[in-house]
Amino acid sequence: MLFYVLKRLIYTIPIALGVSVICFALVHIGPGDPLSTLLPEDAPQDVVDRLKAEYGLDKPLAIQYFVWLGKVATGDFGISIVTSRSVLGEVLPALLNSIILAVGASILGFLIGIILGGLAGFFHGRPADRIFTGIAITGVSVPHYWLAIVLVIIFAVELPWLPSLGMNMSGSTDFSFSLENFRHMVLPVIALSVIPAGIVTRTVRGAVAELLNQEFVEALRAKGMSEARIVRHVAKNAAPQVLAVMGLQMGYLLGGSILIETVFAWPGTGLLLNNAIFSRDIPLLQGTILVLALIFVALNLLVDVTQVTLDPRIKR
Amino acid sequence: MTAPTMDANSLNAAEAPQTAGTKRRGYWSTVWERLRRDPITIGCATIILLILLAAIFAPLIAPHDPYKTSMLKRLAPIGSANFLLGTDELGRDMLSRLIYGGRVSLFTAIAPVFGALMVGGTLGILAGFLGGRVNMIIMRTMDVLYAFPSILLAIAISGALGSGIVNAVISLTLIFTPPICRVAETVTTQVRNLDFVQAARATPASTGRILRVHILGNVLGPILIYASSLVSVSIIVASGLSFLGLGVSPPEADWGLMLNTLRQSIYVAPLNAALPGVMIFITGFCFNLMSDGLRAAMDVKL
Repeated sequence: MLFYVLKRLIYTIPIALGVSVICFALVHIGPGDPLSTLLPEDAPQDVVDRLKAEYGLDKPLAIQYFVWLGKVATGDFGISIVTSRSVLGEVLPALLNSIILAVGASILGFLIGIILGGLAGFFHGRPADRIFTGIAITGVSVPHYWLAIVLVIIFAVELPWLPSLGMNMSGSTDFSFSLENFRHMVLPVIALSVIPAGIVTRTVRGAVAELLNQEFVEALRAKGMSEARIVRHVAKNAAPQVLAVMGLQMGYLLGGSILIETVFAWPGTGLLLNNAIFSRDIPLLQGTILVLALIFVALNLLVDVTQVTLDPRIKR
Repeated sequence: MTAPTMDANSLNAAEAPQTAGTKRRGYWSTVWERLRRDPITIGCATIILLILLAAIFAPLIAPHDPYKTSMLKRLAPIGSANFLLGTDELGRDMLSRLIYGGRVSLFTAIAPVFGALMVGGTLGILAGFLGGRVNMIIMRTMDVLYAFPSILLAIAISGALGSGIVNAVISLTLIFTPPICRVAETVTTQVRNLDFVQAARATPASTGRILRVHILGNVLGPILIYASSLVSVSIIVASGLSFLGLGVSPPEADWGLMLNTLRQSIYVAPLNAALPGVMIFITGFCFNLMSDGLRAAMDVKL
């Protein structure tokens, strides 16, 4: 077990390096010079050269990469062009706000997914199965940013029940456990939860239906075990696979919340990314993506290790 | 019967009834038989075909010029005389714009999956067929791309490259390449180890011929099915990119962009504002059900 964790941990290093290469490349694949947002177009050549030297942009790309990597490793993600604050200082508070949404949406989505998927799997092939599977397909096919707009139309415009923008009335971007903050969370959380709900429903349904077909369930039935206890056996066996999907979904929620955060003006990493893209604040874009991708890599590691702990047969 | 279909049969004929008296059917006619009895798949395919045809023949079908603005007729409600689905925030006919919008929206949804099928499919088949070091290099590179949540990677690349259809298609191609590559590698590895491929290797058949006849004939089906299931994801992500402003620029008609520009009008004309999303939803939903139906009919397990 320890050996597996160690092996998996070592394998994460090249992946994380690969991720850093892609994030580094983001600055250089865009049109124009990385400096073009800083300088007026008619800047004299000697100023351009001096700035280039200052930012290390006159060196070969490979050297620039290692210099950048060294800085990142020590927590220096660069300076936002627009706000002149450190990138990490911008990303971390926003990250907390995104995690809050992601956790809320995970709880809601996974709960719906487990219940619907469990029922669909248990009643495999019957009308209930078809209805819940239909709901699941709707969940994964619905453009969640559109659903967000529809929710705003229904619950904020037509019925003025819930707020449609921001995190609270004061416009502050610090989360606190207040009723006001929770009211602002309701619509974004619902909009974000539909995709994980659909995917978890499908996964749970597949796992439960397959397990119920297996001989050990027959044996338990023959032994005279009650259905309720059989369900517990099935749940235990389905857990590793379902947990793996849930872990990935949580990562997708964190990384994919940009559309929802844009619709609701929720001050998380998604809104930060959106602002970075449209002000062409490439260091901020790069830093935000790097932080989110590294969290995703760590989450993957955690999922794999958890899965093997729960079911040692999965060890590859 | 040609060799490729023979091979396809050897994999999939297990369930074909072969009792005395029943006529032995070919693989594709079995698939067609199953599809014919599946109204949901046929229905979805028909809807997709209609949307596609409407987009292709937009100039012939659209009742109005999709770019003609009119300050007097802004946000006419759905069902107005002359404007069946109302007008948008600049007084342009919604129905015509939805029909024209299908062109960009469907292109940016389908082109990336097709591109990823070419790149990822080729790399995956090579990795599976050649194995060893080639496999390791290709698959570990894909692992790095897998390390990003896919929407995030698409937005990051589009954001860095700048808005535009070409950039959106490039970034989407990149996020669909790893999953297709992984599926292609898995099925190719499975087929490569089957007895008939081993037998073919013992004959003087060239590597190219084995690859073409025995491998391709058997792996293309599953890979295509898998790719078709990605189109429903692609339409949501592609429209999401243009919703963010990373796709086409106004006044071009595109479902995602229309959803974005109509967002300001949700207080005045909520139904009009929701319409473009309905198109994205219907298209994604039908692609999803159709690929599920095809998978069942072709008896592909992924």
